[in-house]
Amino acid sequence: MLVATEEGILIKDCLLLLELCSNQPIIMPDIQELKRIASQVRRDIIRMVHQCQSGHPGGSLGCTDLMVALYFKVMRHKQPFSMEGRGEDLFFLSNGHISPVWYSVLSRSGYFPTSELGTFRRINSRLQGHPTTHEGLPGVRVASGSLGQGLSVAIGAALGKRMDKDPGMVYVLTGDGELQEGQIWEAIMSAAHHKVDNLIAMVDWNGQQIDGPTKLVMSLGDLEAKWKAFGWIVLQMDGNDMEEVINTLDQAKRLSGKQQPVAILMKTEMGKGVDFMEGSHHWHGVAPNDEQKDIALAQLEETLGDY
Amino acid sequence: MLKDYPVTGKKATRDGFGDGLLEIGRRNHNVVALCADLAGSLKMNAFIDAFPERYVQVGIAEANMMGIAAGLATVGKIPYTGTFANFSTGRVYDQIRQSIAYSHKNVKICASHAGLTLGEDGATHQILEDIGMMKMLPGMTVINPCDYQQTKAATMAIAEHHGPVYLRFGRPSWPIFMPENLPFVIGKGILIQEGSDVTIIATGHLVAYAMEAVASLEAQGISAELINIHTIKPLDEEIILDSVAKTRCVVTAEEHQRNGGLGDSVAQLLARRMPSPQEYVAVNDSFGESGTPDQLLKKYGLSPEAIHEAAKTVIGRK
Repeated sequence: MLVATEEGILIKDCLLLLELCSNQPIIMPDIQELKRIASQVRRDIIRMVHQCQSGHPGGSLGCTDLMVALYFKVMRHKQPFSMEGRGEDLFFLSNGHISPVWYSVLSRSGYFPTSELGTFRRINSRLQGHPTTHEGLPGVRVASGSLGQGLSVAIGAALGKRMDKDPGMVYVLTGDGELQEGQIWEAIMSAAHHKVDNLIAMVDWNGQQIDGPTKLVMSLGDLEAKWKAFGWIVLQMDGNDMEEVINTLDQAKRLSGKQQPVAILMKTEMGKGVDFMEGSHHWHGVAPNDEQKDIALAQLEETLGDY
Repeated sequence: MLKDYPVTGKKATRDGFGDGLLEIGRRNHNVVALCADLAGSLKMNAFIDAFPERYVQVGIAEANMMGIAAGLATVGKIPYTGTFANFSTGRVYDQIRQSIAYSHKNVKICASHAGLTLGEDGATHQILEDIGMMKMLPGMTVINPCDYQQTKAATMAIAEHHGPVYLRFGRPSWPIFMPENLPFVIGKGILIQEGSDVTIIATGHLVAYAMEAVASLEAQGISAELINIHTIKPLDEEIILDSVAKTRCVVTAEEHQRNGGLGDSVAQLLARRMPSPQEYVAVNDSFGESGTPDQLLKKYGLSPEAIHEAAKTVIGRK
């Protein structure tokens, strides 16, 4: 954006110039830029999980495009981290096991140094296996890992913002297997009943869970019909197509504020970005060995610099 | 009863909660309330009428209620959840553990109709394990006030405390003997009566019974020291150790299982610091049943007579 020449500093991007002059929040990266960030986040995930031989790469890779879109384009948020997030958009990760993608995105957007990513799951680390507030990691507002709880928490935050007439939106991501937990349906019912229309819930609809495809383990049936029957506006999107992700999140935002909560069913490929990890439930919670790690990293361009 | 603590009336501790909630709601605009289809029983209607925009009805969905409370706390509210004690604990244990305790959320879990005195609804509703379950969670403060006044004061005081609180109280009309407007200090026991032969430590409804036992023991020439412990966690170790150093034997009294409640907390303290004979007045590893509060307390061994006898027994073990 800024190019040093003999004549001085040349500002190549007019939008950046406007931003510098007007004190507006940071410039919006374009689709290409977001894809580059996503590539680096995928590298972070593989390296983090490989380093401690533990963690959940499959869902993390599948949700990378969404998480990058949220933190680098869609959500209005700022550093340093504020638990209450007044005036900001909030994000809750209900399927906490995909902590690697969240930690990478939080770090890459400036909440803590990327060097800390190497401490994932190590003792005395702030980067716990499942996200928590307990060690004070900036960016995390509630612990998650035991499934089915995050949607309720997000609803509470949304209701609190409404009580305060705070314009911020609340975003929450859940897994699809996670929708087998009963508390999720209590939450879904209550969000419609209380017209929580500053809430956007996204489901990582990858059709996989630990014991196999969701269809075989415990079929979710017609998910869109279910959410609609519970009173939500429901959108669908290809969660691994960055342009579609941006457009759908934009559409969701435009549909908010109309007395109904909004849900996005997000078709993703578990393990997206690494060919041998895609197309199976195997990589839900398994770390790649040295050889597999090398093969994976060879498929993912290093764009922002490995931690 | 004891002359320093005359009985001034009868009101349910849950009324103390309802009145305290309204009052703290007036003073602190961050206080919000949630209920799971039991607003009337929890005496929350006065708050709801006064502050409808600060109230969330969740229906019969307690797990969701705990999560919503955690979310409200995250954005700076002080949520008070309200339902029966059995629905406030066992039913939602993981939700409290992960979303509230481990996440250190400033949620006040207000649990009514605790213990046998819930009465005719019977054992499915008579929780006797809740103090145990809640005290085992790191960072959870556990309070069981003894009468209407103490419950009202506790309800207001916990708004100032930063961290999750479990506040447990009851259904029936019960004697009022604590002074109005006595400041409630979390974690500080109250010396109700000085004595020298035995220390009686009581919580909740059984404080009133313990006071009767102190009087009947005195009539038999036995000098009992009575401590009201309203905060089981954190336990006021100093007041207990000071007393037992003097009397060298203890009776604990609670409307709870013998396992895992006040008695076990005191026993753990004494085992570590001052091993002493102890007798428990508590439910002996049994579920309750339908009955009136008075009948049930008597049948399950929670009575002034039981406390009296336990005191004599433990003195004999010195």
